[in-house]
Amino acid sequence: MTFILTEDQQLLRDTAIAFARDELPISRLRDLRDQAANGVDAEARAKLAELGFFGVMIPEAHGGSDFGMVGMGQIMEAQGRTLAATPLLQTALIGASVLGLGGSDAQKDAWLGKIASGETATALALDEGAHHNPDAIATTATEDGEGYLLSGAKRFVPNGQFADLFLVVARANDGLSLFLMPKDASGLSVQSLNTLDAHGAADLTLDNVRIDASAMIGQAGEASTLIDAVLDRARIGLAAEMLGSASMAFEMTLDYLQTRKQFGQLIGSFQGLQHRAAIMFTELELLRSSVGAALSAVDTGRNDVAELASLAKARAADTLHLISNECVQMHGGIGMTDAHEAGFVLKRARVAEALYGGAGFHRDRYARLNGF
Amino acid sequence: MADGAAHDTFRIEARNWLEENCPPSMRTPMSDADVIWGGKGQVFHNPEAKLWLERMGEKGWTAPEWPREYGGGGLSRGEAAVLQQELGRIKARPPLFSFGLWMFGPALLEFGSEEQKKRFLPDIVMGRTRWCQGYSEPGAGSDLADLQTKCEDKGDHYLINGQKVWTSYANHADWIFCLVRTDTSVKHGGISFILFDMKSEGVETRPILLISGSSPFCETFFTDVKVPKDQLVGEVNGGWTIAKRLLQFERQSISASGFGASTAGAGALGPHDIAKAKIGVNSDGALADGDLRGRIAKHLMYNKAFGLTVRRSTETAKAGGDIGPTTSILKYCGAKLNQDKTELVVEALGADGLGWSGDGFDKDELDATRAMLRAKGNSIEGGTSEVNLNVIAKRVLGLREHQ
Ligand SMILES: Cc1cc2nc3c(=O)[nH]c(=O)nc-3n(C[C@H](O)[C@H](O)[C@H](O)COP(=O)(O)OP(=O)(O)OC[C@H]3O[C@@H](n4cnc5c(N)ncnc54)[C@H](O)[C@@H]3O)c2cc1C
Repeated sequence: MTFILTEDQQLLRDTAIAFARDELPISRLRDLRDQAANGVDAEARAKLAELGFFGVMIPEAHGGSDFGMVGMGQIMEAQGRTLAATPLLQTALIGASVLGLGGSDAQKDAWLGKIASGETATALALDEGAHHNPDAIATTATEDGEGYLLSGAKRFVPNGQFADLFLVVARANDGLSLFLMPKDASGLSVQSLNTLDAHGAADLTLDNVRIDASAMIGQAGEASTLIDAVLDRARIGLAAEMLGSASMAFEMTLDYLQTRKQFGQLIGSFQGLQHRAAIMFTELELLRSSVGAALSAVDTGRNDVAELASLAKARAADTLHLISNECVQMHGGIGMTDAHEAGFVLKRARVAEALYGGAGFHRDRYARLNGF
Repeated sequence: MADGAAHDTFRIEARNWLEENCPPSMRTPMSDADVIWGGKGQVFHNPEAKLWLERMGEKGWTAPEWPREYGGGGLSRGEAAVLQQELGRIKARPPLFSFGLWMFGPALLEFGSEEQKKRFLPDIVMGRTRWCQGYSEPGAGSDLADLQTKCEDKGDHYLINGQKVWTSYANHADWIFCLVRTDTSVKHGGISFILFDMKSEGVETRPILLISGSSPFCETFFTDVKVPKDQLVGEVNGGWTIAKRLLQFERQSISASGFGASTAGAGALGPHDIAKAKIGVNSDGALADGDLRGRIAKHLMYNKAFGLTVRRSTETAKAGGDIGPTTSILKYCGAKLNQDKTELVVEALGADGLGWSGDGFDKDELDATRAMLRAKGNSIEGGTSEVNLNVIAKRVLGLREHQ
């Protein structure tokens, strides 16, 4: 495990930060929201593809650049800094991981190249209830000749509103299975959601959707380990994104503390605010270490990835929650206005906090992993 | 990475040496009573502790990064990190706890004269001289620079009159590094940094009893104490710079040592182990008190993130990066963590954590209770948490002083 970036990783980081700043500023998310686009941004997707960002976790043989999780984390952090709505988490991270870790040679050949090029956007269709709970999957996959019939409903699938290929988790043979389901599969209906963060999502209804056996990842009922591994990567990637958002919101707040005057003083000279700023900084430092350790643990194949993933996601949730609230509070009235960015941070924060388990979920999991 | 191969060689060397020289009883968990502070008054109940200190001292490995010419180990930062890992690997006890090693020595290395370094540092490395810190006064705590202990130039010597307070282990120390006022017309610019023997005539110490029942610190009085002139460090009236630098070393050492977390009572058990034993678990193995379980998990995760941050800061320093901002948070976090931990342990112990002395309670339980009380000082000693937050806000975040 290491916290120090290689030269290549640093370059990737710098590129991603500059790209997000120049091409995907918060104002772009505001525009998407005002156009009621539900987070669909074809132009951004094309530019990300041009930069090769969809292939950072894909081997060179399949058209990727094989940067691994540490590289992916730099890009996620960069997009978090501008709250950008992109298909990166669902496609470059989750899609590439599902196929890379669990796909057969034929499945890899069929999909990895398309993911790396940005042609295919994937979306993980896992949760069904109001809370993240990978153990509570009711969607069924029933054997039917050479394939399966899938029935059930999926709630709040990120990128589901535009994904080309769904990675659907369903119950088969008393266990969980993962299926590749194209968006135009008959029996699948997709309802686009207008979400709090303006990133959008979709609810799915599966009514006896026929899936060929060749579109199942691994063996029937044996996908739990794969799903855990993919979810842990997703949680770590999301934590990196949240680190970016929290850092940006903190810098924005600090900037305001150093410019706004009241009582003839910069408000940043009031100790009541100084201490809270120092505490936010402390939390950010701990989050940065947690995310760095988790990213690097995946690439070095450590056996404590699950623990570090829960650590990173829980610390990210607590830290971003705190900073997104303080960001509004320390801006005073202007922080409450739609014209200001603070509200966008707050709204994206609440969605990212909940996705793939909030602080409570991960503390519970951490306790379990530590035997209590 | 360039010195990776060299480190491999050093690692093997260190490992072999430790294997041969670290006595068996020095590889077992220690309690407060086992701590070796050195100095003339040190009594060794365990002869292996003496041997371990002598061997490590001669090797210079009690002060691994100090130059060889002053008795140190002369190791690079990378080698010192490897040595730490190897010591950790065999769970070796620190051979010496010492304000000389942690704070005074590093400051003297930067500000002392050649003669002072040669005179004082080797005895610190060997644990022969025990130092105490004469900073705080009754009227000068957080506002340390307001100190009033008077130091007059009497031609061939200095004469010191005044009082210090909260002087940890002043009654056991051989020497004191002390802040004194050499000019009353300016605040920060009138302070000097001076060293003297605690057996000098006119030095008196009175132990103060703490809420934890122990007396680790004293009121210290100076009445016409004569100090030779070559024992003033740096320039006359130039002591404040040295004082501040030393405080940085103090805060680093306090946070790095995890506030003696190794001797926090209740053995090496974490709050979750104790809670499971004392409260019990549900059928799914989860601690039966769900609220306590959540708070313990939160604490352990914070602790883990803290450990990773210490590690990140070490790695960043090794790679030549700026670690100032990161280390500034460690004292504040470390204090909070140790307080949370010791509180959770006492809460998990229930009635068994509410004894004070005598029969009916295990030694570990009594230690845990005292550790919780002692930990309250973590956010006061070495600069209070509030003062730490002030420092982060001003020095790291660049926020202005209130006008
Ligand atoms: C266990 C222990 C060991 C110690 N060992 C030594 C030693 O060996 N040598 C030595 O010289 N000293 C030692 N000290 C003293 C220690 O450094 C002081 O207690 C500390 O600096 C605080 O000073 P004070 O006690 O005068 O509290 P005060 O400074 O009076 O503080 C009282 C309260 O006011 C707050 N406060 C003060 N100023 C500010 C501010 N600007 N902004 C916000 N809040 C503020 C403080 O945070 C605190 O909560 C030790 C203390 C303890 C507890």
